[in-house]
Amino acid sequence: MRKQLMKGNEAIVKSAILAGCRAFYGYPITPASEITETAALYMPKCGGVFVQAESEVAAINMLYGASAAGVRAMTASSGPGISLMQEGISYMAGAELPCVIADVMRGGPGLGNINSEQGDYNQVVKGGGHGNYHTLVLAPHSVQEMADLTALAFELADRYRNPVFVLADGFVGQMMEPVEFPEQAVAAPTPHWAVTGTAETRSNVINSLHMGADELETHVLELEKKYRLAEQREARAEDWFTDDAEIVLVGYGIVGRILKAVTAEARAAGIKVGLLRPITLYPFPVERFRRLLPRAKLFVVVEMSNGQLLDDVRLALNGARPVEFLSRMGGNVPSHEDVYRFVRERAHALKTAAGAEEERLAHV
Amino acid sequence: MSSDTAVEYEVAQGRSKSFYPRFERKDELQHQTHYCPGCGHGVVHKMLARAIDELGIQDRTILVGPVGCSVFTYYYFDLGNVQAAHGRAPAVSTALKRSRPESIVISYQGDGDLSAIGAAEILHAANRGENITVIFVNNAIYSMTGGQAAPTTLLGQKSTTTPEGRSALGEGYPLHESELLATLEAPVYIERVGLGDNKQIAQAARAIRRAVENQVRGLGFSLVEVLSPCPTIWKMQPVEAQHWVRDVMEKTFPLGVLRDRTREAQPRPAPATPPALEEIPRLLGLEHGERLVKDERQVLNLAGNGSALKRTGERARAAEVDLEVRIAGFGGQGVLLLGEVLAEAGLESGLEVSWLPSYGPEMRSGTSNCHVRLASQSIDSPLVSAPGILVAMNEPSLRKFDRTVRPGGWVIYNGEEFPADCVRPDVRVVALPFTKIAHELGDARASNMIMLGVLLEIAGVLPDASVAAALRRLVRNPRWVELDERAMAGGRARYREMFAEVHA
Ligand code: SF4
Ligand SMILES: [Mg+2]
Repeated sequence: MRKQLMKGNEAIVKSAILAGCRAFYGYPITPASEITETAALYMPKCGGVFVQAESEVAAINMLYGASAAGVRAMTASSGPGISLMQEGISYMAGAELPCVIADVMRGGPGLGNINSEQGDYNQVVKGGGHGNYHTLVLAPHSVQEMADLTALAFELADRYRNPVFVLADGFVGQMMEPVEFPEQAVAAPTPHWAVTGTAETRSNVINSLHMGADELETHVLELEKKYRLAEQREARAEDWFTDDAEIVLVGYGIVGRILKAVTAEARAAGIKVGLLRPITLYPFPVERFRRLLPRAKLFVVVEMSNGQLLDDVRLALNGARPVEFLSRMGGNVPSHEDVYRFVRERAHALKTAAGAEEERLAHV
Repeated sequence: MSSDTAVEYEVAQGRSKSFYPRFERKDELQHQTHYCPGCGHGVVHKMLARAIDELGIQDRTILVGPVGCSVFTYYYFDLGNVQAAHGRAPAVSTALKRSRPESIVISYQGDGDLSAIGAAEILHAANRGENITVIFVNNAIYSMTGGQAAPTTLLGQKSTTTPEGRSALGEGYPLHESELLATLEAPVYIERVGLGDNKQIAQAARAIRRAVENQVRGLGFSLVEVLSPCPTIWKMQPVEAQHWVRDVMEKTFPLGVLRDRTREAQPRPAPATPPALEEIPRLLGLEHGERLVKDERQVLNLAGNGSALKRTGERARAAEVDLEVRIAGFGGQGVLLLGEVLAEAGLESGLEVSWLPSYGPEMRSGTSNCHVRLASQSIDSPLVSAPGILVAMNEPSLRKFDRTVRPGGWVIYNGEEFPADCVRPDVRVVALPFTKIAHELGDARASNMIMLGVLLEIAGVLPDASVAAALRRLVRNPRWVELDERAMAGGRARYREMFAEVHA
């Protein structure tokens, strides 16, 4: 298929429909509204359902209904709307209902602003609703990934019977890049557990209520088994010049793009820099971090939030290497010039430290 | 009137097929429900089960259970069961019905669930006229959580959160949800019934059956509110509680039909057959076929002026084309379109491209800008912080970005006079009154395309055919295409005049 220039927000919807999504329920919010608008345009044409809900609370519960009916369903929102959806997301995780939620992040807390930010990391990656559950989280850094990871999100949602997030930011949602889609649309089979209003599915029940203590504990342990499996199988990251990297940059989404530019610049200047870009934020690609330990001397986390990704990187490294942190917020973007300067200083410090160490050893 | 009403009713009907013979999802006492003696829920359950039996729709029916005393509907009803979050059953039902139009979807809710926390969901489901049936059991209290006030609690009625009784001053008046919904256009049928005596019970059974039947006939939104005794929380004997429904509750919530358009309502048309899978890519506007320019070298051969546009210094790589453009101006000047045509033409030419707009209130406040990159290598960051070309459509935009232009870069400025304090020795400038020129050409709004013409000359990398194809893809109106093409040609000509000696 011919590559087409398209906004990330539009690519999400087209990819979803090609992946068999036939229900979209949404509520407008900048900078995610084009997703809802695009769904309004295409979903009915393609035989799907589109409803603009009265609130994000209603939208996520409509997703609950659509998913209970065995239909691939999605919604899209941004920070404040995702906060409102958390109740329903917890219910869906509890009832083991798959769905895909696109979060095109904006500035927070509160009304914050509509600029691009990454402050939803914790509420999305850590499961911002109540109870013992996780959502799987995919973080695209290009329009092509908006398409590809949306399709993957539906696969994972069905495989694990769990809500899956596509966690993007205002930039990745709003920007246009060439994107290529699969030639064929797929039909999603109706899962056996769905309640579809037929004799065969009459005995099915969709429910997150478990009255007995043991019963609920057993249920949660079953969910945990799924999450362990996902942690083993689904963690993804992109390595970018990490083979011999002494300084490993870490960032996702639009920051990943900036860090690629920084890596190019640093490499041109002879600094051994690489980028490890998490593509799944939950499960977090812990192993991919450990793999870099033999050569990496320093990790530098860059994010458009207040150290939310940083926590996961520290957990992954478990103290094995120092972690430095660079962040901009409120819609400010860590420019590649700023990050490059930061990296150059650290590289210099590393070199000086190494020199001093050599000298010390020489005098022993 | 006696306490036997419910019992007699039960005996008369026997066990419904739509109930499980044993309640196996319950962990104990599987032969009986969890409801208290004299509770209205049991009666309503029976009426509903009977209606489903009579209409022959057991296999098709999906029951959406609420949060409240009736949270365990899935223990009892041998139907497709979906348990919903507190207040959200109408939203859940909406989606079930829309995705499975052949099914019969019944949303079962209590008064706290429906009229307090779920006030928005019921209102909007009703207003959309969802073809669902809502059974609204009103006992004027939160029962399951132990007797707190509900929006439906009567004036003076004591509850654990209105220990002195509900006062209009503090808690407002009892909410008449059915009357409220009956002000909407879409609902087909709304009736309030009671379980206060035999006669009321018989009417309640008829109403519930009608509300389900309406859905079977495809007529639209139906709701039955049932005034229902809760002896436990009301601290009454079952008989007393039943009388209280009839003698007290009914005074605040009069029984009767509040909406009945069953006769006029037209059955909804069957949903259209979904398109075949093979049709989907076309319906999504995804195109097959090839780009105009297949051989990248064609583009690179054109990269005459390129040196000024490539990244310089340490960032320079083997890239033949690496064009970084920032375009800024007022909203309505065609800032974003200029960028889009440029990016689209780049893609058409086989280059990697990216286009990143400013968005939101920044646009509404009247300014707009975008970042465009065209490169022969894959593009790392789509953010252009140091443009090789700045297109400034007005003075504020010029002043906002002029210092960011890379040494050796260009500024295309819309204005007769280039501000003296913006002059830089290391940046070349094309300053012309583009708006005026566009006006002379036929429409001031084409100024962006004149500027694009200049930009294309400076960049020198894009084949004309690619630009023409891009324009046609993005501008649908042929009149505008013609004007834009003239404007672009005009821009190119102006540039050549200005820099004739350079190229000579
Ligand atoms: S508390 Fe009231 S509503 Fe709940 S089961 Fe008992 S009588 Fe019925
Ligand atoms: Mg109640």
